[in-house]
Amino acid sequence: MKIEIAGENSIIVYFADQTSPQVSAQVQQCMHSVEALLGEHLIDMVPSYASLLVIYNPFTTDHYFVRRCIDKSLSELQALTQKEGNLIELPAYYSTESGPDLAPLAANAKLSIEEVIEIHTQMEYRVYAIGFAPGFAYLGEVDPRIAAPRLSTPRLKVPRGAVAIADRQTAVYPAQSPGGWNLIGLCPTRMFNPQAQPSMPVQVGDRVKFVAIERAQFLDLGGEL
Amino acid sequence: MSAFKVIQPGLLTLIQDRGRFGQHRLGLTNGGPLDSHAFDWANRLCSNDANASALEISIGGLVLEAQTDTYIAITGADMKVTINNSAIELWRTIKVTSGDKINFGFATSGARAYLSVAGGFNIPESFTSTATVTREAIGGINGGKLQAQDLLPCAQTLQRTIFSLPEPEIPDYNLPVTLRVILGYQQATFDAVQQRLFFSSRYQLSDKVDRMGFRLQGQSIQSSIEGILSEGICHGAIQIPADGQPIILMNDRQTIGGYPKIGSVIAQDTAKLSQLMPGAYVNFEQISLEHAHNINHLKTVRDQSITLIEHSA
Repeated sequence: MKIEIAGENSIIVYFADQTSPQVSAQVQQCMHSVEALLGEHLIDMVPSYASLLVIYNPFTTDHYFVRRCIDKSLSELQALTQKEGNLIELPAYYSTESGPDLAPLAANAKLSIEEVIEIHTQMEYRVYAIGFAPGFAYLGEVDPRIAAPRLSTPRLKVPRGAVAIADRQTAVYPAQSPGGWNLIGLCPTRMFNPQAQPSMPVQVGDRVKFVAIERAQFLDLGGEL
Repeated sequence: MSAFKVIQPGLLTLIQDRGRFGQHRLGLTNGGPLDSHAFDWANRLCSNDANASALEISIGGLVLEAQTDTYIAITGADMKVTINNSAIELWRTIKVTSGDKINFGFATSGARAYLSVAGGFNIPESFTSTATVTREAIGGINGGKLQAQDLLPCAQTLQRTIFSLPEPEIPDYNLPVTLRVILGYQQATFDAVQQRLFFSSRYQLSDKVDRMGFRLQGQSIQSSIEGILSEGICHGAIQIPADGQPIILMNDRQTIGGYPKIGSVIAQDTAKLSQLMPGAYVNFEQISLEHAHNINHLKTVRDQSITLIEHSA
């Protein structure tokens, strides 16, 4: 555990050098208690893989007080199991039609397409961080058998809902954007909808499981090809 | 509708309030004015709320037509603004009448101007703010920069005191800029020699300068590590990628990232940085967190103690 200054109104807490479900659960726990302790003095927080950035209002408090709140919350961290966080199921239509990198990924992994789908849906992932774009949730960790490096040339257009793998991380693209991850399917659930409440189906610390669906179900759920 | 009509949008004109806060957990960045000092004065000159929505005009080229009677104030970069072809004064409340044409040239000093209107522009908030972040397609009008024919709704205002900022308080954007830095994050991975090089070298603004980040070029400095687990990035953070050239992360930065950071520039100085054009030089100065805290409080007191000059209408 290490606490560092980040900027004139922010402090970053490092929980470990590497992430794990336990570390991620600690980040979550600390985030909630710091939020309660700082109250109105808190401006924003960024939870990530193994760290928590705390941004405070320097006009109503100072780093000595914030530091004390963080120390207090760290001293109260409880032993946690990796079962913390909500479990969210995300439907995914895996196919060569909806996932242009599914066949090459399977070939490189010396697996059948069915095996890749089975391995991707078996694992329970954890939301380690949200960033890059609104609603982009980094899910880990992908089974090493289907881990795949980013494309050497990123695509200019990845469609909204693309289910993708990069190294040992997986994600669903929340909006159409450029991207270099391997696309293996499409998810009809919107990962970020500014008009919806809440605007995201997941938050950092939640657990995610993908459920394979057929083409017809995908279309029924509002998916677009 | 009582409004201003966009005749020409200019290079990059954005609706901004002070920014979007408390939404990083969704991956949403801050937005808000790059030069918060000039933005705040624009609103104060119109006797507005500090968070009223105004325009940030980068480089210039904006042409507006008033479709109502109200008051405006323009601060920041000097873009040779005219109303109905007569030059106007910056840093001053100005009465406009329906049909007036407000024409921005291009910046001759500074890079960004701010236009506030009495009562602020009436723009619906998204995620607690009207700040436009084009990369996220959030805020402003449909999440984008201003387009020709856009209407910027605002109230008709028949009475406002005319104020101007005393001349000595008007910033000179041609002065050299020193960016004050608080060491932090991975600063320990930059050894004493690297830190000394960083604080004793002059850096030039590259042409890769936008609302996400300002890339500088000059003396390369090296961290002993290549990357880190992605972590939260605060405003002003100085990221040092493998090429050793610093990037100062600004209002529209991504909320998390994995490059080593040596520390962060205080917001008062990123505001000054944002008025520089590519090619300008800056240097860095290390200050303590306590010093930064004092500087921030003193600036608030100082700004509040400035008495605006009142003019008869």
